[in-house]
Amino acid sequence: MKQYKKVLLAVATALFVSAPAVAESLRIGTEGAYPPFNQIDASGEVVGFDLDIAKALCAEMQVECTVVTSDWDGIIPALNNNKFDFLVASMSITDERKQAVDFTNPYYTNKLQFVAPKSSDFATDEASLKGKTIGAQRATIAGQWLEDNLGDVVDIRLYDTQENAYLDMSAGRIDGVLADNFVQYEWLQSDAGADFEFKGEPVFDNDQIGIAVRKGDPLRERLNAALQTIVDNGTYETINAKYFPFSIY
Amino acid sequence: MTWAERWALIERFLPQLWDGTLVTLQLVGLAVVIGLFFAIPLGLARASRHWYIRALPYSYIFFFRGTPLLLQLFLVYYGISQFEVVRKSFLWPYLREPYWCALITMTMHTAAYIAEILRGAIQAVPPGEVEAARALGMSRRQALQYIILPRAIRIGLPAYGNEVILMLKASAVVYTITMMDIMGVIRTINSRTYQYELFFLVAGVMYLIITLVFTQLFRLVERWLKVDASRQQR
Repeated sequence: MKQYKKVLLAVATALFVSAPAVAESLRIGTEGAYPPFNQIDASGEVVGFDLDIAKALCAEMQVECTVVTSDWDGIIPALNNNKFDFLVASMSITDERKQAVDFTNPYYTNKLQFVAPKSSDFATDEASLKGKTIGAQRATIAGQWLEDNLGDVVDIRLYDTQENAYLDMSAGRIDGVLADNFVQYEWLQSDAGADFEFKGEPVFDNDQIGIAVRKGDPLRERLNAALQTIVDNGTYETINAKYFPFSIY
Repeated sequence: MTWAERWALIERFLPQLWDGTLVTLQLVGLAVVIGLFFAIPLGLARASRHWYIRALPYSYIFFFRGTPLLLQLFLVYYGISQFEVVRKSFLWPYLREPYWCALITMTMHTAAYIAEILRGAIQAVPPGEVEAARALGMSRRQALQYIILPRAIRIGLPAYGNEVILMLKASAVVYTITMMDIMGVIRTINSRTYQYELFFLVAGVMYLIITLVFTQLFRLVERWLKVDASRQQR
């Protein structure tokens, strides 16, 4: 009888202990070159606002998550080819992208704003921009906004990473950079950005950022529910405050 | 998406694709011609009997063959532009432009390979022919001009044609410094249409067509210079 109880106890313990081990696991996809939203730190780990949000969502959904990085312009095919399960990479929700993937509710909202050297008299009306060379990251809203609105006015340079656009502005190859103002804000805080500043008002402020999942994936609803929870319970606010002195939701 | 829709999409982007093709052709064309020009003294020096003449071209070739073109491109474009001295110099109006950076890097890269092709070709000229020329009373210079170089060009031509095609494919990295070559245009189109498979396929076909044209051109030149000696005898 004692033996029997022991076995029962052992089985119960095994079940209890192994329960978390068989918990569902999901893969977070991100880029890793878009500070402060996602970047690779000195130890090689991917960190940033996107990752903090993604991990909070994983905790809320009680799943184990691992992080997978991908180049930006192959990131949607990577999602669709099942390299990861959901994409938290500061991706704007657009009609074109909606044809390829599904999006959750926006987890933050974005504005596009020019940055240029403090010493330059850079105005953002079309007449002043004429003939200027403007950099942006390829395959971003900023790059497409430039092509659609200023394609005939300015000389557009498209970069594979945001960092390279800044590098070229520092070198004096381009007159200004158009990008998400959060990203610009972060760079302006750095040593490299010390001689630069925002120019003009945001030129576009309806850029909603969502989490992408494969088309028809029920994961979308779970992410939406988890997102709502972390917004309601203050987790979101805590993460937000870690990065920006203003609310970006 | 049906094939009719795919064609319509390709047609919509034809002007950009054409512009990209011109950029690629221009860069490759100029690089392999200017590269050849630089490679002749390099290759001759590389084939020298004296170590102190060989040393410099050897180091140059060693560096440019031993590192990836992408790295060389980044060194020229992002690397040297970080120095204030460079930005203040008379070279900056050129080094400022991605076009010049791409052309300079590709030219230096291909010159190293062509020089090595030329060295091999010079050393492959049968020694008997050189001795015959000298025995006929030709000076060293005359032997080089009338015997060695014309023979070396015929020997090296197929390898040079190969190098041109290699450069065509290698040129696909210049989009990383904002050049709108075939690859740059394709990636920009992809970022809008998300038709990756379609447009990468289009890019593949475009490179294949250019390669086909290049190989045919080189076949004509080879025939004109009678490179294939076995055919000549018939």
